[in-house]
Amino acid sequence: MTTAPVSVAGIGAAVRSGEVSAVEVLERHLAAIDAREPDIHAFNLVTADAARATAARVDADVAAGRDPGPLAGVPIALKDNLCTRGVPTTCSSRILEGWRPPYDATVVRRLAAAGAVFVGKTNLDEFAMGSSTENSAFGVTLNPLDTSRVAGGSSGGSAAAVAASFAAASLGSDTGGSIRQPAALCGVVGVKPTYGTVSRYGLVAFASSLDQIGPFTNDVRDASIVLEAISGHDPLDSTSIPRGPVTTTEVLDRGVAGLRVGRIVDLPGGSDPEVEQRLAEAFDALRAAGATIVDVELPSMKFGLTAYYLIAPAEASSNLARYDGVRYGMRVDAPDTNAMYGATRAAGFGDEVKRRIMLGTYALSAGYFDAYYGKALKVRRLIHDDFDRAYAQADVLLTPTSPIVAFPVGAKVDDPLSMYLCDVFTIPTNLAGHPAMSVPFGTGADGLPVGVQVLAPTLGEPVMFQVAAELERAAAR
Amino acid sequence: MADSSPRITPEAVAKVARLARLDLAEADLARFAEQLAGMLAHFADIDALDLSTVEPMTQPYPLVNVMRDDVVSTSLDRDEVLAAAPAAEDGRFRVPPIIGLEG
Repeated sequence: MTTAPVSVAGIGAAVRSGEVSAVEVLERHLAAIDAREPDIHAFNLVTADAARATAARVDADVAAGRDPGPLAGVPIALKDNLCTRGVPTTCSSRILEGWRPPYDATVVRRLAAAGAVFVGKTNLDEFAMGSSTENSAFGVTLNPLDTSRVAGGSSGGSAAAVAASFAAASLGSDTGGSIRQPAALCGVVGVKPTYGTVSRYGLVAFASSLDQIGPFTNDVRDASIVLEAISGHDPLDSTSIPRGPVTTTEVLDRGVAGLRVGRIVDLPGGSDPEVEQRLAEAFDALRAAGATIVDVELPSMKFGLTAYYLIAPAEASSNLARYDGVRYGMRVDAPDTNAMYGATRAAGFGDEVKRRIMLGTYALSAGYFDAYYGKALKVRRLIHDDFDRAYAQADVLLTPTSPIVAFPVGAKVDDPLSMYLCDVFTIPTNLAGHPAMSVPFGTGADGLPVGVQVLAPTLGEPVMFQVAAELERAAAR
Repeated sequence: MADSSPRITPEAVAKVARLARLDLAEADLARFAEQLAGMLAHFADIDALDLSTVEPMTQPYPLVNVMRDDVVSTSLDRDEVLAAAPAAEDGRFRVPPIIGLEG
């Protein structure tokens, strides 16, 4: 009897070959949820019954000689801003409480077609706005490695679900770091693919020019397998790049000899000393494995935060106009529609969402458009062009994922700006539309995990994974 | 650094709240005014940049006029969609009177 598989790759192979059953794999994960979910609160909803039915179907397929697909029996958790037909999708907001979408997101359909078993919908900062999953209408998600600390955000539930072995993989969405930052804080792998690589159809929109769906997993190979399953053109998303799925698994063992790894000499400061130390060790490890370290400049990177916090709220204020008490979710009754809109939105949205809608509305309003939104779009171009110059010299860039390790619950809730600074290293990637991923690389203060971020140019997923796999090997030594 | 960012008053915040269709209490308006002023002061870091020759960037990946073929396909089921609405009647969304009591 071999030991029970825990990885996406291991579970998929073992279930397909009939070595273990999907039901058995699922029950192991459901038992973990039973044991620890009350202390962590990774989920808004655990769909145990539906998962059992799916797992039984996968096993029946295997028994009948039908291949359920590469993710056969793999338990996967979905961020609760991904639409699941007939299954409540809340975005952790009162305004969508009880809403059951009439369709599945494309990523949900693709994972289901590959044999995955969905265990539940994970908690997030309301409408994905936040860096700690404290802005949820349904309670805070705690870090499985230290439950006095946050799991990061906004995809904190998805990161915690993988870190606590509630699921072998999960999906999140990343608008300014919402996959990579919680991955770093929970000690798991998190990938933000190139904009347009993964269909956004069925992802509840936050900032449409920045949002991208991606996986959380325990290791780099698993992230590659899940990304391959969800990526590729989708006619239902008009920003989807017309190409096939990314292919990254085949490059994982190639090493980094001859690759050029960029060190950003004018990287914004303020990181924990241990975080800076881990980054230095990551460069050393890649150099030892045959890569060349090159210094690059990104002078506009420090303006990323400003550009992002004007552009993302502006897009959000437009996207969230649809929550008006007419077509879905809650309604506060009032004598006329205008009063109904105002009362519904005031009651349905939490503080951070209101703050960003206000900021975005202000930045787009007459008299301020050019001074704020217009200027932010030009800064976005500067950052994009800086990256272009850097990638003429380097194949990938390396930064910390987060300047700090997981912080105590409540430490930043009253200071929006200090919360926003958590994303200083992740935001520029979204503005440029590039891929980036966080790989666990040692620990920092109090033994908490540190993530190193690998950044690559548009459609540079293969070289990004190649480097991430090398970092993972180095971290294991 | 010269502070060229406009002061954001509670009155300005109240106007933005109206535009955003958010009925905010007085206490919320005052708190948001203070927080927004703090953010806008931070965002003044880009004021010193010369952006006169820079093209705005709205999308990361250039795709234009993405259209599907003009063929009939299935759409969402009407009853399933209406079932998710706060109120529906005769196959339509039901809302309060549109011509309101105030302007």
